[in-house]
Amino acid sequence: MIALVDCNNFYVSCERAFNPKLEGKPVGILSNNDGCIIARSEEIKKLGVAMGTPYFKIPDLIKQHNIQILSSNYALYADMSRRVMQVLSRFTPTMEIYSIDESFLDLSGFAQDLTAYGSTIAKTIKQGTGIPVSIGIAPTKTLAKLANKLAKKGIAGHRQVLDWNTLTDTNAVLQHFPVKDVWGISSGWGSRLAKLGIANTYDLKQTDPKWIRQHFGVVLERIVRELNGTPCIPMEMIAPARKQTLTSRSFGERLTQLLDLRAAVSVFASRSAEKLRTQNLCALSICVFIHTSPFDSSKPAYSNAVTIRFDQPSQDTGWLIHCALSGLARIFKPGYHYQRAGVLLPDLVPSGTQQLSLFSDEPEMDAKHGQLMSMIDNINRIHGRHTIRYASENLSAKWRMRQNMKSPAYTTSWAALPAVNVI
Amino acid sequence: MPHFITPLFNTHLKLPLFGSQVPAGFPSPADDHLESELDLNEYLIDHPSETFFVRAKGDSMLEAGIFDKDLLIVDRSLTAKHNDIVIAAVGGELTVKRLCVQHGKPWLLPANPDYRPIQIKEGSELYVWGVVIHAIHRMNANG
Repeated sequence: MIALVDCNNFYVSCERAFNPKLEGKPVGILSNNDGCIIARSEEIKKLGVAMGTPYFKIPDLIKQHNIQILSSNYALYADMSRRVMQVLSRFTPTMEIYSIDESFLDLSGFAQDLTAYGSTIAKTIKQGTGIPVSIGIAPTKTLAKLANKLAKKGIAGHRQVLDWNTLTDTNAVLQHFPVKDVWGISSGWGSRLAKLGIANTYDLKQTDPKWIRQHFGVVLERIVRELNGTPCIPMEMIAPARKQTLTSRSFGERLTQLLDLRAAVSVFASRSAEKLRTQNLCALSICVFIHTSPFDSSKPAYSNAVTIRFDQPSQDTGWLIHCALSGLARIFKPGYHYQRAGVLLPDLVPSGTQQLSLFSDEPEMDAKHGQLMSMIDNINRIHGRHTIRYASENLSAKWRMRQNMKSPAYTTSWAALPAVNVI
Repeated sequence: MPHFITPLFNTHLKLPLFGSQVPAGFPSPADDHLESELDLNEYLIDHPSETFFVRAKGDSMLEAGIFDKDLLIVDRSLTAKHNDIVIAAVGGELTVKRLCVQHGKPWLLPANPDYRPIQIKEGSELYVWGVVIHAIHRMNANG
């Protein structure tokens, strides 16, 4: 049996964990740059605010219902996610972290009463981290996902745990479950299946898997088999090694000056180098891209990218910034209103495996650079990110995101710990 | 991914523990061999993923040894008992108080005669956010 544990309205729940005032109120969390609503509390969902609603479009509704709007605080969400996953790992030897707020737990061979076990898990997570979770338990991952959705909809009453095997008539449940809501069903399949008379999930379950394979491929065949209770999608316990890394942001305002873009690209390159070092990887090349907004139809559009290859693999911030800026100089054209830039490292190799190039700097130089990088990383880890940075990162702050309503980094910064009144 | 300062156990501050007293000027050869290392995280924190740090603000808990600006280590995995110092949510605010149960009724007691106890009225839910397990108070001037 497999359990899917899913945090309820995760970003909102993280904010509420440190700010009890948000409890019971409609809460919306904004995307980067405070653009759209990307996470919603139950209360704001009931007011009809859809996922992705642009923030500027609902000022009256916000006033009228006292909707609490916050910028996203990813440092907080990442830390809370780590905590939830660590607590979850105590409940099973086999766990797959599926996303920031979801995990599959293998409960094969566990106690008979899995509903009770699930309730213990939910209670432990809620008490220990403040995050409410819903749990679906079933013989396959696909059914566990489905059971989780049903639990969220309240099929198990107020309990947030549903064991698929405790349902008396699963076929009747599947008849009311839309195919498009099944895990892994692409939107294109949904309409194609509907045309073939497969309207609900029960119909899909009854379809011959071999026929499905011929017409839709092996992915949908697996889903059909999983709906019938045969596990086909294995647990993935080790995240696949990164093959590339992307650091990109849209700007807080449109940029026209090379100087502002240089600052942004420097920060992206520096951040990329940092990511490489934490994962013991080196890059073989760097790609810089810039573009104007696809929505600015009144202004001239421009986008371009350039890739620069290295003589030998590198994870050195100075070198990555140097290459990124020379790339930027080649693609930058004046007269455009740039909306976004990014740095992509498309080819990564494990560090320490590089061969020395015949024409490279002295090996001693490389060792010194390595020491410098680890010293910078240590200082920034202890004193906060950006304590030490390259000068070009500081050229301009014009590109930085708007995050006017962000909560403090409650759990990851000494200066931002939650204050409790001793009054 | 951001860097996590707390309470990840990869930020060990290890201090050596010596096995025997060393008479001045005559080191024992046995002391070349460290017996173990001391880790403050290990001493202060039992449940790392459920432990949070908060900053105390105010003086109502002076007699319990909690001073303004002290760092409180809060374990949320513990269920609060009578006489525990807890972080509780009262009227949407987090506050630190001693939890007392008298005649089956919960009270939040300050530890300073200048402040009044808070009775948790019937019907209103007392939400205990976590149990304070340590208060860390700096003795010297900040340096």
